[in-house]
Amino acid sequence: MEFTFSKRARTISLALIVVGAVAAIVGILGDHTDHHQRSWANLLINGFFFFGIALGTLFFLALQNATETAWTVLVKRVYEGIIGYLPIGAVVMLIVLAAGSMHLHHLWHWMDSSLYHEYMVVNGDEVTYTDEAIEGAVANPNFDSLIANKAAYLNQGFFWVRNIAYLAVFLLFARWFRSKSLEMDKLTGDSLVRTHLLTYRRGALFLVFFAVFSSTMAWDWIMSIDAHWFSTLFGWYVFSGMWVSAMITAIILVLYLKRKGYLPQVNNSHIHDMGKWVFAISFLWSYLWFSQFMLIWYSNIPEEVTYFQTRWEHYKVLFWLVFVINFLLPMVLLMSRDAKRNPRFLIAVGSIIFVGHWLDVFLMVTPGTLGDHWELGYLEVGMFLAFLGLLMYSVLNTLTKAPLTPVNHPYLDESVHHSI
Amino acid sequence: MANKVIYAVYDDPEVLKSAARKLVSGGVRVRDVFSPFPVHGLDPIIGVKRTRLGIVSFMFGLGGLSLAILGMSYFMIWDWPMNIGGKPSFSLYENLPAFVPVAFEFTVLCAAHGMAITYLIRNKTLPGMPARNPDPRSTDDKFVMELRTEDNHGVEIADLLQGTHALEINERQY
Repeated sequence: MEFTFSKRARTISLALIVVGAVAAIVGILGDHTDHHQRSWANLLINGFFFFGIALGTLFFLALQNATETAWTVLVKRVYEGIIGYLPIGAVVMLIVLAAGSMHLHHLWHWMDSSLYHEYMVVNGDEVTYTDEAIEGAVANPNFDSLIANKAAYLNQGFFWVRNIAYLAVFLLFARWFRSKSLEMDKLTGDSLVRTHLLTYRRGALFLVFFAVFSSTMAWDWIMSIDAHWFSTLFGWYVFSGMWVSAMITAIILVLYLKRKGYLPQVNNSHIHDMGKWVFAISFLWSYLWFSQFMLIWYSNIPEEVTYFQTRWEHYKVLFWLVFVINFLLPMVLLMSRDAKRNPRFLIAVGSIIFVGHWLDVFLMVTPGTLGDHWELGYLEVGMFLAFLGLLMYSVLNTLTKAPLTPVNHPYLDESVHHSI
Repeated sequence: MANKVIYAVYDDPEVLKSAARKLVSGGVRVRDVFSPFPVHGLDPIIGVKRTRLGIVSFMFGLGGLSLAILGMSYFMIWDWPMNIGGKPSFSLYENLPAFVPVAFEFTVLCAAHGMAITYLIRNKTLPGMPARNPDPRSTDDKFVMELRTEDNHGVEIADLLQGTHALEINERQY
């Protein structure tokens, strides 16, 4: 069945973009932080959060391919629709990263090249930095030995090599999965099975790349904001947040489509299983969130606790709110079987957790970039809404481009008869 | 007339399901089905009530959680106050992060064991209890449906069973 982008949905998503953009521009005009830090921080938050949804979905699709999961075959196109946002998200991230490299903003303090040299020679207005105490050199007041020690990893050259590699790998795999999925619609018999087995192998290959890149990407984009601090499970923590946001987006989208009369073969069991994913990954996120907190709380080392100190001092309400929304809420509300089979309830709870995970990303970025000068105003809400509209538009637009349920797939029949 | 129990033996879960559907629509009450594995979708057909094991498990989990918190606050806060992680606060709330892993494990332990033991008692399948399985083949590759005449007064079970593709129909007095 083909999906048609209804006029109403088009209007709503475009209205979200326009209203959000206007509110964000009002916010940006009122942003008097140095180098418009607050605006850039928000672009990073939204750029990353929504990119993460598409990337989490790509990971999940690759996981389904690698495990040859049958029941998700029926909703495969919905996942592919969400992945359709990936290029847009990548462009937004590239803008933020490039602006950081060009010193248009100061989100990543380590990008300041003056931090890495112990000495400097001042010649009028001209300053040259050196590592040796040469003739006429004075101590560089900006020198930061902790960051300088990380220069082997935190340098612009390697940073860009890595980032181009992440985005290239993600986008190429996304394109490849999509094209093979569309190709399989036209195949039958042996060639269908061969292509299926090929996507199975490529799915596994993607997971290998993703295992490394999801962690290093989280270090580069988010953890390096607080360059003095580090946490070894940070990559997993960020990844679990992406994953659960992706699962929520997928279930809300499937429920929307079902409500509009599409996906007639998707039954309660599919919805139930998708609800289980939201529930389960909420627990994965809580587990990692708490593990990171507890280890740092327990050992009580000054260089580690500063991270939570900032959040505890200036973001206490949000800090607790994120925990309550992203852990207690899904635990209590999504535990029962009936809850996971109730579309209205799932949409309501899912939307709240969705915002909860946006707040989680907000709490990753803002304390390190704005400190105690944070706000949740027109800028933040507007930009969130604009990106939400962009995601909706892009996803629904991608859905129109292929049959909403795969025509041919070795496991299609099994998926149609999914019953738990 | 003495009460009779009828065992209809099937060798395919789909045949079994359509047989059950046919019998139930004919007004027969199916007492139970013995099968080597869970047959999805059979429960609603023969009118088995939803299990309350989940609720039991939740209760056991809650009990475990309370017991763990209570125990740790007695051992480590009241009876012999401990300096946890270099933070001599001696308060349950401020030391809570250190207690979460233990509380979590104890919750899981109690929920899992409580659920398993309740299940065994409720099904009368504790180790050493006599097996109530009427036909050992139902642990291998056959599906056995149990019907009782006392449940089905005024229904011609035998007629309805004909044409459900049962392999055998065994009757027994009891």
